[in-house]
Amino acid sequence: MGVKLLLEHDKVEGIRYYDAYRKHGGYRAAEKAFKMSPADIVEEVKKSGLRGRGGAGFPTGMKWSFLAKPEGVPRHLVCNADESEPGTFKDRYLMEFHPHLFIEGLLISSFALGSNATYVYIRGEYAWIPEILEQAIVEAKNNGWLGKNILGSGFDCEIYVHRGAGAYICGEETALIESLEGKRGNPRMKPPFPAIQGVWMRPTVVNNVETIAAVVPIINMGGDEYAKIGVGKSTGTKLLSVCGNVKNQGVYEIDMTISVEEFIYSDEYCGGIPNGKKLKACIPGGSSVPIIPANLLLKTAKGETRYMNYESLSDGGFVSGSMMGSGGFIVLDEDQCVVRHTMTLARFYNHESCGQCSPCREGTGWMYKILKNIEYGKGKMSDIDLLWDIQRKIEGNTICPLGDAAAWPIAAAIRHFRDEFEWHVLNPDESQRRNYGLAHYADPIHVATTA
Amino acid sequence: MSDQTPKFKVTIDNITIEVPAGTTILNAARMIGGEVTPPAMCYYSKLKDSGGKCRTCLVEVSKGSEKDPRPMPKLVASCRTTVMDGMEVKNITSPKVLDARKGVVEFLLLNHPLDCPVCDQAGECDLQNLSYEHGNEATRYEFKRRTFEKEDIGPYISLHMTRCIMCFRCVYTADQLTDKREHGILERGDHAQISTMLNKSLDHDFIGNVIDVCPVGALTDKTFRFKNRVWFTKPVDAHRDCPTCTGKVRLWMRGEEVFRVTARKDKWGEVEEFICNECRFHKKETKDWVIEGPSAIERSSVIAQGHYVGTMKPPVLIDKVIGKQPKFLLDIHDVSDVNRPEVHLSEIEGPAHSDDFKTSGSKGV
Repeated sequence: MGVKLLLEHDKVEGIRYYDAYRKHGGYRAAEKAFKMSPADIVEEVKKSGLRGRGGAGFPTGMKWSFLAKPEGVPRHLVCNADESEPGTFKDRYLMEFHPHLFIEGLLISSFALGSNATYVYIRGEYAWIPEILEQAIVEAKNNGWLGKNILGSGFDCEIYVHRGAGAYICGEETALIESLEGKRGNPRMKPPFPAIQGVWMRPTVVNNVETIAAVVPIINMGGDEYAKIGVGKSTGTKLLSVCGNVKNQGVYEIDMTISVEEFIYSDEYCGGIPNGKKLKACIPGGSSVPIIPANLLLKTAKGETRYMNYESLSDGGFVSGSMMGSGGFIVLDEDQCVVRHTMTLARFYNHESCGQCSPCREGTGWMYKILKNIEYGKGKMSDIDLLWDIQRKIEGNTICPLGDAAAWPIAAAIRHFRDEFEWHVLNPDESQRRNYGLAHYADPIHVATTA
Repeated sequence: MSDQTPKFKVTIDNITIEVPAGTTILNAARMIGGEVTPPAMCYYSKLKDSGGKCRTCLVEVSKGSEKDPRPMPKLVASCRTTVMDGMEVKNITSPKVLDARKGVVEFLLLNHPLDCPVCDQAGECDLQNLSYEHGNEATRYEFKRRTFEKEDIGPYISLHMTRCIMCFRCVYTADQLTDKREHGILERGDHAQISTMLNKSLDHDFIGNVIDVCPVGALTDKTFRFKNRVWFTKPVDAHRDCPTCTGKVRLWMRGEEVFRVTARKDKWGEVEEFICNECRFHKKETKDWVIEGPSAIERSSVIAQGHYVGTMKPPVLIDKVIGKQPKFLLDIHDVSDVNRPEVHLSEIEGPAHSDDFKTSGSKGV
């Protein structure tokens, strides 16, 4: 049984409401935080080694310390609740069932950063969650946790919930800022970074929901204690949203010390693959990160066990590894077709590209059309190399990371599953009737030994 | 002012130049000029916030600055990256850059209709120049190209969205030159389009400038549409006393007829001074203008053919030679129905047709 920090009171009835939350130690961290100075809170977060939970894994304390603090200019904390990555739904769970934990985190973070107006930019499709949050905000306000002069500290804070209109691109922090300002959600050119000129040209910190919520246990237990959980630079606990071919889909909190194999097969977490099927492939961190076959998922290319943490999952780089990403754990069993899966992702990125810069605007549509041809038995052998060349020309050449996010899954699918693509091209009729199956994707990897 | 701003040394393709702090890499390269200048399809020095979108100006920064010599991990958009002291930039000396640029040109041409033979922009099109210099001979795209429904945006400007490369220049122009912008980007991804909400027509004194800033033939002049190819017309600098703008324009003439009026452009294809709609669309008579002389056109441009500087009209000497006005045996206009002197080619809508001369003849124009 791993450590639970965020979902500790998950089974408590009525934890969604203020009274139950308060009774179970809620807002204790806020009480503690208001006795500290903002700089000390930032220092605790720095010590905790907390990394951004939105996908990039940037150290949060570092991000906070970059925030410019010019005289007389308001600063803002913006929470990125535009969780649109296919396969990721951990923030939804947190906001829906633990809104007060989230608000307490927002309150502490706002105090640490000096943000008097804090915004939650929530995904448009999460239509019912703003009401839950707003109800929780009212409850917190009635109990003196928001508004003017909180706990007599002289600090004012208001939290506003802002609904997006349903665009994946608005999860990119600068596009989110544009959208929050009421403009078209096109990513901005960096520099200037949001920490210098963000929302309304004021210094802004944009953090993920889970990152904000994790501030609460950090303050409660202290940064040093928090850093002891987990391993290496992957400190604390991480929420994973598991979907696909596993017995128990859902949101799990792990302390980043368990192995991938244990996570998939133990009954405490995913519970294995249903119907006696075998594991074929997995996307360990949301749709944008590279897909890896079963053999590389459980063991690294060096033959070591792969663990569920930032470093181990990215061991081997993009050649034989993947990324922790946002924690959307998508599992594919032997009946799934990687070509079809890749096509679906390409369609998603084609649909969600903002259309601002040319490689992503034109390239995503092109890749989708080629993949559609291959999937429906009209592909050519040269299409596979063409796909590789297109993704190579998109990656790194766009304004925002959506171009990379569109290119990586396709690159990884071709890198690891090229024979499945070739089978589709060579057997156009058969590929319409059956799937390629498991093939050799779960075979043990030959590890070269040095003499 | 230049005394206060510190000077930064920047090396682009092994050519070192000193530029004031805050200059972008692209502008520093433009100061050097020649081949080291990256192409730019969306950046426009006269428009604030423009640039960064087309990705043709990507360059490699092999040394960040004197203080922090680390190279930048990705290729950067030179139009939006400011130089640092001691920065080293690779443009045409970097295979990575040339490869990426080739990719970008391919992406830009992917859904472009390539209808240059019927496009008014042909001959002065940035995309033509770009693909000629940096593109491939053939496309690898095998699918149906994207098209858009035609939209009417008023009597003067023609919008041909299918040709658009989404540089956003016209949006910035309308935003920064006029007080009310009526067009913008609708939709997203490869379906994003320049459009007006609910089919409004663009109407502002300076809105005609969107035609000049458009790098392709997406926005063209309706009063010039299909009248002539740009390389058959001769660019001439001229001015008039205009109450709204400076009145400094470029006339595109053929013989004595003014076919088109545009703003004057510098060697980077950028407008020197924005002109008003009155000058652009309504002053199409030679008598409206004070002609300064032929414009300087680069030799490499297709417009340079048929553009002779310093030529003069030969004087008519026949009456002096024979001592009286010659009497013609036959006036061609008595027997021919076409090419009547009272019908100006530049005033005909679309290509000239014999009907144009018939109707105008009977109406007596």
